[in-house]
Amino acid sequence: MSTQLQSLPAWRQRRSVHMVMTHTLYYLILATVGTMLMVPFLWMVVSSVKAEHEIFSIPTTWIPERIRWENYTHALESFPFFRSLLNTLFITVSVIVGRLLSTSLAAYAFARMRFRLRTPMFVLVLSTLMIPYHVTLIPTYILFTRLGWIDTFLPLIVPNWLGLGAFYIFLLRQFFMTVPSEMNDAARIDGCSHFGIFARVILPLSIPALATVTIFTFLEQWNDFLAPIIYLNSPDKHTLAIAIQFYRQSASGAGWGPVRTWAHLMVVSLLTMAPCLLLFFFAQRYFIQGVVISGVKG
Amino acid sequence: MSMRLREELEAYLFLLPWILGFLLFLVGPLAASLYFSLADYNILQPPKLVGLANYQTMFADDPLFLKSLRITAIYTFASVPLIVTLGYLVALLLNQKVRGLAVWRTIFYLPAVVSGVAVAVMWVWVFDPDGGIVNNLLRLVGIAGPAWFTDPDWALTTLILTSLWGIGGGMVVYLAGMQGVPTHLYEACELDGGGTWNRFRHVTLPMTTPVIFFNLLIGIIGSWQVFTNAFVITNGGPANATLFYVLFLYRQGWKYHKMGYASALAWVLFFIILIFTIIVFKTSGWVYYESDQADQSK
Repeated sequence: MSTQLQSLPAWRQRRSVHMVMTHTLYYLILATVGTMLMVPFLWMVVSSVKAEHEIFSIPTTWIPERIRWENYTHALESFPFFRSLLNTLFITVSVIVGRLLSTSLAAYAFARMRFRLRTPMFVLVLSTLMIPYHVTLIPTYILFTRLGWIDTFLPLIVPNWLGLGAFYIFLLRQFFMTVPSEMNDAARIDGCSHFGIFARVILPLSIPALATVTIFTFLEQWNDFLAPIIYLNSPDKHTLAIAIQFYRQSASGAGWGPVRTWAHLMVVSLLTMAPCLLLFFFAQRYFIQGVVISGVKG
Repeated sequence: MSMRLREELEAYLFLLPWILGFLLFLVGPLAASLYFSLADYNILQPPKLVGLANYQTMFADDPLFLKSLRITAIYTFASVPLIVTLGYLVALLLNQKVRGLAVWRTIFYLPAVVSGVAVAVMWVWVFDPDGGIVNNLLRLVGIAGPAWFTDPDWALTTLILTSLWGIGGGMVVYLAGMQGVPTHLYEACELDGGGTWNRFRHVTLPMTTPVIFFNLLIGIIGSWQVFTNAFVITNGGPANATLFYVLFLYRQGWKYHKMGYASALAWVLFFIILIFTIIVFKTSGWVYYESDQADQSK
């Protein structure tokens, strides 16, 4: 760098020095903010293998006295991890499948089919985006009570098989529109029905958009709290999110406050976050792309 | 002609799941919820019409309603502008041709991937008055930190601070918007003698206003629906300092079984969000739409 600087004329040198300084400043700011964002994560990892008295030590220690892997086995013994995990997985996967099917069918109709009510119905779909979940929550809850579906997974799953999720219909429709329509016409000349085009032409070409829907739905369902706490009562139906909350309450005795088993709580919280983090690392491209499709083009 | 009719019918078949969902889980519940909001209803007995009494109670003699309204409004006005501004600034830094862009982007986006109870548990430690990392760090520089979540004067501020952890979600969208700015605009600006500030003020900023607008709108709508953190971290306390609107609604419905009152609360929430949306759209003169972008969104 310095040899390069010496070979430049004086004014270019000044400018370069200025550039180097501003860039150093940029990296300093980025590193500071980045560290602030990462510290809570790091602390959770460290705390999960600490002894109880080390977790709230003053000052904060970053290297445990001894790495206590047994925290993990103990936490899994006292916390119903695998049952809650299975419940969460079952709900999440069911919702993803139902949502992919129902929203992509609707999105195809809006993107590729001609029918008289197309525009008004699409406007209707978009206008439902504005209605907060809470406005329909109470009557829906009463409906499910009448059907005897309380304390089953059905209230969490069934609405998503019926195209609920206007945002995803919009997102998929935008993507389907970008598939060249010549492919449609060619398939139609070959005698392909609309369902054939949908299943054999559009869907295979829309894997990135479908992956985006899958990822967003996964995160939303995995971390959902309000619906599970309203609909699932018995402990063997609990998802990870509510199981953690109950574990916390039972450990602390009172409603909230310091708990005696922080290390275990950290283990369980980390294990709950892990699938989301793993998904992000393996499917980062689809994450960014999905955010961009919905944010920049929306 | 019969081809057209066939396609018309087929389209409704594609839309059938959505139409069913729309009627069963949206139109029906909306109508029912409007009816309940005009009634006294505890699920066990049939609803008893009381006219506008629920709405009158709310504004005339329910100080907690007004309090939850104020708390949520403060949160919205503090948290949303902060998240939008900070996210935008970080995106600007990352847009300066920094090295290791993918790594930085991952670091800043990662917190946006996780949410829910596991994260809430983490915040309880981070802001623990005694052994939490924030107060431990403040102690290093000789400041006695406040009691954060357990101090009525600080609890809401602390929740606003934790919301800043999610700046990465918007940042990714801003960055994508910035990277989509055509380079010829920068070249034109440079030909006109524009420096760094002018490039930002007259190219980057106007070209990314649609993205800012989108994030502002989503942020406002989301902040009126905060629930998990208020429920898990503070449970509305201390002294109702973090009684967010949706938490208040949840308690009226599922703790006190006042489904009529809770329905009225949900409708008020809908109108608040509607009014905010209209205000944001009406004041969107600052948003710059390129003509071809306008065509695309049609």
